[in-house]
Amino acid sequence: MTLVELKDIRKSFSMGREEVEILHGISLSVEKGEFVAMMGPSGSGKSTTMNILGCLDKPTSGTYFLNGQNINDLESDELAVIRNRTIGFVFQGFNLLQKTSALENVELPLLYAGMQKKERRERAKEALIQMGLEDRLYHEPTQLSGGQQQRVAIARGIVNRAPILMADEPTGNLDSKTSDEIMGLFKKINEKEGTTILLVTHEPDVAAYAKRIVHFKDGMITSDEPNRMVKSA
Amino acid sequence: MISMTEISRTAVRALRRNKTRSMLTALGIIIGVAAVIAAFAVGQGANKSIDEQIASFGSNFIMVFPDRSASSASGTVRYITYDDALAVEREVSGIEAVAPMINTSAQLVYGNTNWSTSVIGSTPAYSLVQDREVEYGRNINDSDVRQGAKIAVIGKTIADKMFFGEDPVGRSIRIKKVPFTIIGVFRTKGQNTMGQDQDDLVLVPLTAAQRRLVRWNTPGRISTIYVKGVSMNALQYIQNETEVLMRERHRIRPGEPDDFSVRNISQMLEARRKTTAIMSMLLGSIAVISLVVGGIGIMNIMLVSVTERTREIGIRMAVGAKSRDIRFQFLIEAVVLSMVGGTLGIILGVFAGHALASFTAAPPIFSAGSIILAFVFSALVGIGFGYYPAWKASLLDPIDALKYE
Repeated sequence: MTLVELKDIRKSFSMGREEVEILHGISLSVEKGEFVAMMGPSGSGKSTTMNILGCLDKPTSGTYFLNGQNINDLESDELAVIRNRTIGFVFQGFNLLQKTSALENVELPLLYAGMQKKERRERAKEALIQMGLEDRLYHEPTQLSGGQQQRVAIARGIVNRAPILMADEPTGNLDSKTSDEIMGLFKKINEKEGTTILLVTHEPDVAAYAKRIVHFKDGMITSDEPNRMVKSA
Repeated sequence: MISMTEISRTAVRALRRNKTRSMLTALGIIIGVAAVIAAFAVGQGANKSIDEQIASFGSNFIMVFPDRSASSASGTVRYITYDDALAVEREVSGIEAVAPMINTSAQLVYGNTNWSTSVIGSTPAYSLVQDREVEYGRNINDSDVRQGAKIAVIGKTIADKMFFGEDPVGRSIRIKKVPFTIIGVFRTKGQNTMGQDQDDLVLVPLTAAQRRLVRWNTPGRISTIYVKGVSMNALQYIQNETEVLMRERHRIRPGEPDDFSVRNISQMLEARRKTTAIMSMLLGSIAVISLVVGGIGIMNIMLVSVTERTREIGIRMAVGAKSRDIRFQFLIEAVVLSMVGGTLGIILGVFAGHALASFTAAPPIFSAGSIILAFVFSALVGIGFGYYPAWKASLLDPIDALKYE
């Protein structure tokens, strides 16, 4: 089943008077259960593509089908619902709410899904335990290490049981040992839960965990191949 | 759909993260609401006490007294006399009672107790005009006045301060060293709105005051005439007639100024009511200005807060917050700030009202209406001034917000 389908996606930004196109027709389709790494140097368009895939940004032209639904004509509030139900996010800078416990951070997507407090607590606790943070439930971000913070962020990404988890340079702020731990978690989520994972990175070591690697350069896809030597943690 | 309770909880948590700032922001509203509450309460209290005073005074009387400024201009001093009082009583209709009065202050001595008080020399009509009753003993009568008897009726305060529970009736006190026998004690009247004790006085027969206490050279000279009308409606007529009669008696030619003045007690109280209303209006407008300034303070801090928390807004949007959710979160933060400010302001206002009222001697009146009004107004200030920052927050683009450092 095709979960994600981009057709000839173009994106331009206006720089002063000039329109600068930074995505020159991206077409990509991802099946359910895949683990795709999007690679490329900075400025190659991989992050912009990721933002469009994550319904955080809209393409200038082209079509985007997510879960069989055309995303192009949706209002920003409808996109919010999709981000809430269909997509989990993990960012490079963790993006946790400060002065807020790990538990409450993980509860956030459930809060906006309108779930009752008791059920939210249960589900958030479950996700944190899955990430091995059962003794860090009430810690605030500043009391956690980088790896722990990113695990909280992953817990937040999976807590809504969304079919897709998107990660933008999730190991960018971590040392290599912690990176391996985090990538192991992604792999586990992909294999055990069948969650589709889209990963943006510029590090081959990190991309090596994916089953499929897509290379970007200058706003275009230059290669799209299965990974023959999937790394395991 | 996220519930209002959840949004409120989020808002309160955000405010508690910045306690000092939240309190300082609410301070504008606290002061504004306190001022509204205090202004209303003091104004209403003053009005009520004026009403009570009108009721207790018997507002339907007028006073005639000499106008010194006019008489000094002509060089001769014309006093009000006992004959003037008799003439008013005889010739003006619609009158219930006329009390000629001599007002003086004097030192009272009983044994080794001293007391300084005001002494009134008058006729039995005094009690009619002033609505005074004798609690025990008896009042002065016409024959006391004819004889110039050295007798006195004292107020409750003097009975308490000089006789300490002893029965004063039948005792002799010295007023300006002249012995007077106490024949009665007035029923208590309490304080008037100016905070004066109305029970701190001595009444003696008019003639006794003339001969023994003031010893004025002008024969028949008195201080004031109190004229009580049969009704409130008759008062204006009585006032006009009295003025005409007094001008005749004092031979004042047309165009010349009066050497006396006639005052209507309800006019005087009405004037005071107006002053009170102006004071309340002034305080009230200061209060409204301060509420608006408080609202601007809230708007200012909320704008700062939205900027500071841009990333938080981005995170919330990324995980599924709709713009409505963000708008409500910040709007409710503003409303919670202003309503907490409103509540504290009401409490502070009650204290401030009591403190202010200690200057005016009229107890403040805190009506449920003014408290509800202040509370609703502060909530409206929160909504009014909180909407713009909240709306700005809800318009943020999730990507820009997430990138914000």
